[in-house]
Amino acid sequence: MNFLLRVWRQKNRQSRGKLVDYEVHDISPNTSFLEMLDILNENLLRRGEEPIAFDSDCREGICGTCSLAINGEAHGPDHPGAVCELYMRKFRDGATITVEPFRLGAFPIVKDLVIDRSALDRVVQAGGFISARAGSAPEANAIPIPKHDADLAMEAAACIGCGACAAACPNGSAMLFTAAKVSHLALLPQGHPERDSRVLNIVQVMDAEGFGNCTNTYECEAVCPAEISASFIAKLNREYARARFRRSMGQ
Amino acid sequence: MIGTLDPKVPPGPLDQKWRSHRDHSRLVSPNNRRKFEIIVVGSGLAGASAAATLGELGYRVKCFCFQDSPRRAHSIAAQGGINAAKNYQNDGDSVYRLFYDTIKGGDFRSREANVYRLAEISNHIIDQCVAQGVPFAREYGGLLANRSFGGAQVSRTFYARGQTGQQLLLGCYQALCRQLAAGTVQMFPYTEMLDLVVVDGQANGIITRSLRSGKIDRHAGDAVVLATGGYGNVFYLSTNARGSNVTATYRAYKRGALFANPSFTQIHPTCIPVSGEHQAKLTLMSESLRNDGRVWVPTRKGDRDKPPGAIPEQDRDYYLERKYPSYGNLAPRDISSRAAKEVCDEGRGVGPGGRGVYLDFADAIKRLGEDTIRERYGNLFEVYEKITGEDAYEVPMRIYPAVHYTMGGLWVDYDLMSNVPGLFALGEANFSDHGANRLGASALMQGLADGYFILPYTLPNYLAGQMGKRPSPDAPEFQKTEGEVRARIKKILGVNGKRSLDSLHRELGLLLWDKCGMSRHAKGLREALATIPKLREEFWSNVRVLGDGEDFNQSLERAGRVADFLEFAELMCADALERDESAGAHFREEHQTPDGEALRDDENHAAVFAWEFQGDGQLASPKLHREPLHFETVHLTQRSYK
Repeated sequence: MNFLLRVWRQKNRQSRGKLVDYEVHDISPNTSFLEMLDILNENLLRRGEEPIAFDSDCREGICGTCSLAINGEAHGPDHPGAVCELYMRKFRDGATITVEPFRLGAFPIVKDLVIDRSALDRVVQAGGFISARAGSAPEANAIPIPKHDADLAMEAAACIGCGACAAACPNGSAMLFTAAKVSHLALLPQGHPERDSRVLNIVQVMDAEGFGNCTNTYECEAVCPAEISASFIAKLNREYARARFRRSMGQ
Repeated sequence: MIGTLDPKVPPGPLDQKWRSHRDHSRLVSPNNRRKFEIIVVGSGLAGASAAATLGELGYRVKCFCFQDSPRRAHSIAAQGGINAAKNYQNDGDSVYRLFYDTIKGGDFRSREANVYRLAEISNHIIDQCVAQGVPFAREYGGLLANRSFGGAQVSRTFYARGQTGQQLLLGCYQALCRQLAAGTVQMFPYTEMLDLVVVDGQANGIITRSLRSGKIDRHAGDAVVLATGGYGNVFYLSTNARGSNVTATYRAYKRGALFANPSFTQIHPTCIPVSGEHQAKLTLMSESLRNDGRVWVPTRKGDRDKPPGAIPEQDRDYYLERKYPSYGNLAPRDISSRAAKEVCDEGRGVGPGGRGVYLDFADAIKRLGEDTIRERYGNLFEVYEKITGEDAYEVPMRIYPAVHYTMGGLWVDYDLMSNVPGLFALGEANFSDHGANRLGASALMQGLADGYFILPYTLPNYLAGQMGKRPSPDAPEFQKTEGEVRARIKKILGVNGKRSLDSLHRELGLLLWDKCGMSRHAKGLREALATIPKLREEFWSNVRVLGDGEDFNQSLERAGRVADFLEFAELMCADALERDESAGAHFREEHQTPDGEALRDDENHAAVFAWEFQGDGQLASPKLHREPLHFETVHLTQRSYK
């Protein structure tokens, strides 16, 4: 297969970027999208041009490193799945494909297709954990947890932290990411002692990092590789309202 | 000359060693802990759990990872589960049984005392993870669920769907985040360790390069903890992440740390086969598929290009069922992998390049219905469809073995400290617990045991004597090591040849896969040892790496790692050649039973082989140190699965 790629090139955070056209030829339909970029980079190297910078690691959809928008769509057309799970057979032979980084104020571009998503780490640092010191844990079966709650917590916990939700959102909101973490921990009894402070702190940092608000467009859910449900955003809102109310009552 | 190593295993009965060792180890008091700076390299299960726990205890910790966030370390990709001897199923499990299964699974090439401690700690790990909010699978009554895994007759594996590694890593990551917020741990993401700094024989720091800015930095510490994972990517194609590499442990080796059993590599039987030269990594399909799938190839070579449906039953060879009637398609990993290679070597392999065997669900679908199969394995069939474009409900899957895990690693004593004082190695980066073959669901257990529950006790035992001895990062040793790191980067950029990194790395990988992969023999290993230096020379005279060192440069990052793989490969082959026996995943064709199974030589080789670097001119002839393995509790037997 042959493709015309329009790839975002940007030297560093300060400089201006632009789309540059590259042709790739004789690509097997069984090539993954990132392998196709590997092939293009080999060609560029041979011609003495600088390879395109892009991030990836596990290449099986779980580490959340890859972060490309294909034709404007976070992770490309084959949902659910990260862009590393996208294969060229999903495209028409001869197609023109635009490749850009996730675009979002809170994720500044480092170089070409590489972005800085440390804002997501700071959201978790604001309270996305349960304080359980090693050595002091009680016997694991001491607190039974209904299967339904455990399963629901797992659905939220499956988030891979790629940031596609925020990239796809017209408001640049990271509500789905934040909601997944808050819900995962609020659904488990172990998370209850820090339930109020967690949601209040985490939402505050989420706002401070420059993420927008949710207006229920559900783009986040549509692109999420881990199929996190937008209903967790409603859960986040309830958790937040509950915590604010309890705090206002002096609890 | 061959030296003998002392693992410093505490005296006393096996089941009391760890307790008595903890009772007699030295401590660092709470108000003194903040005076120590600990360097932790790697943020997977072992690194993140160690960094978080040490931070909690009050040490000042610096944690480094090459990924953009500690949450992305490759532990995240582990699927199956984590073992523990809880005996929640009331099916006869115990610490002793978990210990015994692990020792036997490793084909009696691991250290008894370490493995026993691992089994003891396994239960605390589950407690700890549940307390952190890891959403393990549960039964309707709310209690934790278990499943069975290979190499055991009990159900002791805890799991979180097919994403157990992800959930355990997020547990560690969140514990780490708590310490980052508290300021006890400082995180350096996108930062790679390029060398170890040894001052007066002690590990006292590292030299790093920021992958974002290219800036080289010196970091001094009272101890250096390497939790940098395995080296499976030396084969170019493996199930490891793209970034996984040997650089940190290999650099430590070049600074004096011993590298143990480097040739012990686990090759997993059920992976999606290589589909072409473009391929950058391989994907594992869970072993659980072999519960219902039947493995076969055509009986005749001539049939291998026919569509599978056109090959009638009588022309199919269900070779695992034929050779191992009592275990059939569930024969252990090392044995199944070798059997697949054998039929493909005979020219009966299927798919592109003839490197694949069928894993066929037709009988299971007929017996159980498609819905049941979809319920059991639906997500795996989806992954398979995404990668190959084939519907495995209609046509059999094609699978082939792939490099998955490395049992070898830095040599460590009972305290997980290497022979270089102050240098510790945890998780897959050390060699300690899995012998010559790792059992499923044991890697996660080991990483967390090392980080949460072993290092926090053994590190103070070392630190107690080190108060106030941390050198300044301006010490001459730091300057010298930094200079060497800079010179190496300059040298790589200065080659300016014609060959791409990938082409060199791929060539190395193919060579190792052929000569030091699923089966090895002395002649092949000698050939590999003769070829690797030529490849290395080709690298240093003809590699092409563009850009400069003072900037974001992904080609340069990878070039440094490939350069290390090109040296490390020689160590691997030297070890495989020296180990003149078969054991677990290390199958020497010269040493097999009449029916083709691994034949150990307990008299001469019941030992850890630990290698000492002897200089750049002698990469193929490092000095061998042997640690004899003493089995006081278990009785050594021949594994049989017929």
